[in-house]
Amino acid sequence: MELPPKVKNMLLLDSEGKRVAVKYYSDDWPTNSSKEAFEKAVFTKTQKTSARAEVEVTALENNIIVYKFAQDLHFFVTGGEEENELILDSVLQGLFDAVTLLLRGNVDKREALDNLDLIFLCFDEIIDNGIVLETDATVIAGKVGIDSTDPNAPLSEQTISQALATAREHLTRSLLK
Amino acid sequence: MAQPLVKKDDDHDDELEYSPFMGIEKGAVLQEARVFNDAQVDPRRCSQVITKLLYLLNQGESFTKVEATEVFFSVTKLFQSKDTGLRRMVYLIIKELSPSSDEVIIVTSSLMKDMNSKIDMYRANAIRVLCRIIDGTLLTQIERYLKQAIVDKNPVVSSAALVSGLHLLKTNPEIVKRWSNEVQEGIQSRSALVQFHALALLHQIRQNDRLAVSKLVGSLTRGSVRSPLAQCLLIRYTSQVIRDMANHGQSGERPFYEFLESCLRHKAEMVILEAARAITELDGVTSRELTPAITVLQLFLSSPRPVLRFAAVRTLNKVAMTHPMAVTNCNIDMESLISDQNRSIATLAITTLLKTGNESSVERLMKQITNFMSDIADEFKIVVVEAIRSLCVKFPLKYRSLMTFLSNILREEGGFEYKRAIVDSIVTIIRDIPDAKESGLLHLCEFIEDCEFTYLSTQILHFLGIEGPNTSDPSKYIRYIYNRVHLENATVRAAAVSTLAKFGFMVESLKPRITVLLKRCIYDSDDEVRDRATLFLSVLGGDGTVDNDRETKDFLFGSLEVPLVNLETSLKNYEPSEEAFDVNSVSKEVKSQPLAEKKAQGKKPTGLGAPPAAPASGFDGYERLLSSIPEFAAFGKLFKSSAPVELTEAETEYAVNVVKHIFDSHVVFQYNCTNTIPEQLLERVNVIVDASEAEDFNEVTSKALNSLPYDTPAQAFVVFEKPAGVPAVGKFSNTLTFVVKEVDPSTGEAEDDGVEDEYQLEDLEVVAGDYMVKVGVSNFRNAWEGMDEEDERVDEYGLGQRDSLGEAVNAVIDLLGMQTCEGTETIPSNARSHTCLLSGVYIGNVKVLVRAQFGMDSSKDIAMKLTVRAEDVSVAEAIHEIVASG
Repeated sequence: MELPPKVKNMLLLDSEGKRVAVKYYSDDWPTNSSKEAFEKAVFTKTQKTSARAEVEVTALENNIIVYKFAQDLHFFVTGGEEENELILDSVLQGLFDAVTLLLRGNVDKREALDNLDLIFLCFDEIIDNGIVLETDATVIAGKVGIDSTDPNAPLSEQTISQALATAREHLTRSLLK
Repeated sequence: MAQPLVKKDDDHDDELEYSPFMGIEKGAVLQEARVFNDAQVDPRRCSQVITKLLYLLNQGESFTKVEATEVFFSVTKLFQSKDTGLRRMVYLIIKELSPSSDEVIIVTSSLMKDMNSKIDMYRANAIRVLCRIIDGTLLTQIERYLKQAIVDKNPVVSSAALVSGLHLLKTNPEIVKRWSNEVQEGIQSRSALVQFHALALLHQIRQNDRLAVSKLVGSLTRGSVRSPLAQCLLIRYTSQVIRDMANHGQSGERPFYEFLESCLRHKAEMVILEAARAITELDGVTSRELTPAITVLQLFLSSPRPVLRFAAVRTLNKVAMTHPMAVTNCNIDMESLISDQNRSIATLAITTLLKTGNESSVERLMKQITNFMSDIADEFKIVVVEAIRSLCVKFPLKYRSLMTFLSNILREEGGFEYKRAIVDSIVTIIRDIPDAKESGLLHLCEFIEDCEFTYLSTQILHFLGIEGPNTSDPSKYIRYIYNRVHLENATVRAAAVSTLAKFGFMVESLKPRITVLLKRCIYDSDDEVRDRATLFLSVLGGDGTVDNDRETKDFLFGSLEVPLVNLETSLKNYEPSEEAFDVNSVSKEVKSQPLAEKKAQGKKPTGLGAPPAAPASGFDGYERLLSSIPEFAAFGKLFKSSAPVELTEAETEYAVNVVKHIFDSHVVFQYNCTNTIPEQLLERVNVIVDASEAEDFNEVTSKALNSLPYDTPAQAFVVFEKPAGVPAVGKFSNTLTFVVKEVDPSTGEAEDDGVEDEYQLEDLEVVAGDYMVKVGVSNFRNAWEGMDEEDERVDEYGLGQRDSLGEAVNAVIDLLGMQTCEGTETIPSNARSHTCLLSGVYIGNVKVLVRAQFGMDSSKDIAMKLTVRAEDVSVAEAIHEIVASG
């Protein structure tokens, strides 16, 4: 019996539905082609909606999917039919805000690909094999934050708290825009 | 840096499709991965290469075993670097490569070192990586460190250990269970997530001990759980405890309800939703208990956040199915959601309203929906159509406006599934509401005038043929039907011809005119249409005697008695010969579907929906095989073939399994033999059966195998005679005898001289279940009540201690070899009682129905009450004997 909330996958797709980074934690999609088919279905179904200001939600194939878009990036978090939407929502918020922090507010595909290592680490810090590990964006970004402020600065010169401070500042700035 | 990954300074606007991974290629990246082996590790460069590898894997590229191993080994070299960023990437790639157990040893020591490192991040991640890749033996070695990590003062480290524990519990429960004390400490942690993870693990460890779970919940609901996630978890556990208690007949005030209710006032919305949902899902929830939950959900309905609105309306939608009155207070809020931007929310709102609406509001609602229908996708429309169908059944008086709505949307654009849902709904309404019949049929007639879907046209024509002749004025349908003969493709034309014939047969006054119409069809360009027209003309031209009429009626309106799938396989197996195909030879056994398939199908087909396709059966294959052997031809019709029973262990020299074929007075054992030794050829392979423990059986004949080459399965047969129609049981011991000849592997030629040898096989039993064929019934209740109550036999049995109820239920199903009906083979994992409905046909073609009620007490002792009804009392008694002796 599986009672703890489970996340089935997290998807980060571009504006054409292509993969930027994805991670599956469920056996529902055993092959790459079934994964791609699911991504396509999710993308097509949500494409025309506007999930920019608020997190949106939909149901597909006995799954609940919450999603949010920013520029040319589409973020999705999928859970089972019985899952608490608000838990999925908090995971998505954690992912989205952490990525925003890590990309210093420039949430677009180009920036994401340039910092793909950070995105992968970010996924890894949020969910462990389907179990929610952390949903607080600043903590996630802090754990990932290897070189989140200045790519040219040597790693040793930056402490995590410094990185966080700048990241937060970037976030507030981008929010005020 | 040869290939900088991060090209910050490039001019972004030059290339539209800029990507640092453009033109990336697996071979080249694997080449690049050689930098891992450099004496002087360059952390930046290595991190970039790992990112590229991860990118490839993420895009669905796969590495061969050799490639993965090579990458893994070179990655392990990177542990010598002290760079934290690089170390993170190393952890990540190791998890993705999921190394095999012999490779894991290489990194174990490095990871164990990191587990005890001063750097928190190393400790946490090393634990997660190591727990992902190790097996049981290694786990015992690091167990001590994991226990330490659970109580680590850094919450990240302790969460990592707890979550790893959750995963490990599935593979190594006995080890993880020893950590209870440490986990218990975690629950007291001040960190929200540690608390959550500790609670999840502790519950999982104790989940089979109901008393402990109940105690845990009891103490925590009084205390203060800080984290919203942990609180949600606690609510789930609480509802489980409530369910368990209810199953044990504890009456009075519902325990823990107050706790659930207090959670409705929690500050986190996540918790409020979880609690509200838990309350609505309580077994036999009262309206007083429901009210506070509905109130908070109603507030959510007007939230600016779509997720909240969706969650609320989805929950209310479910409540509306069982307690429509409780939801009516929310109707006004729900009506405003019909225009919600989010179509999922709008659709849920509409279907909820359709469920809760009263008779007077139907018309107003329909008006609102009409505006809404034009701008939603087909999949949502289908949901709405289905809701309208059930509304119509609920309020038959309102059929007029609902039927008008359905016929209007039927005329609009739409895909096949959508149109089918509408047609199905109209058909259901026609069947359930006699008054709606005439107008409904006319709507369908109009629809086929302009229908692009052959499937729907033929289905509707078929339906018209059954319902049309019984209406007040059957003649008005003829025009629509005959138009199809002119304007449609051959399939529809053929269906139209059949329908015309039905009208002609049922309505005497129309017969002459129909005959004229059918005569025109015999010049059709299509064979099938001509054939049907000719056939029906001769049927209609019959002499009109009573006997003839009944035959004609059976022919026109009767249904096939055999499952279509079985008929299909039988027809495929039929080879043209002198002997005509006999429909009576088709098996009536319904094969149960694999669970996965059922899940995929989701809903049961309704209305015109076709029956689900079942997998092809092996029965026909056996039947053909056996009838091809002349010695067996005289045994009559094959009653049942069992599933293969293995008589050898896996991976032995000779693999043998046996299939038991039951005939009326014979039993044929079919031994499927496989020779797994390439250097041997077996000849004169026979099975010697000792039937001294099977008194009722006499060996009649056996059919040896002349030659059994390597890896080419073949069959030997042994035949026993038994008293006709009697379910004789017994035990048989088997010995395989053969002549072994050495084979030269290089030439493949066998030596001339062989050695006689024998090989002991496992015993085989013929049990009572072998005489039972799985035959389902479509409506168990009707079938049950249709049998004489006098012939019922009831008894109770103790089944002893079992791990779960499901185990006991399956044991009984297997023992009896019967078909489970109405999905009663699925048992909720925590159920304490269950009723299983079984049906089958016993040898001698006696229909048997069984109702088995199971109950489990706290010490896991299982009791069963077995009620059997059969067409023959002796068979009902025989079933009890089977259970009593099983």
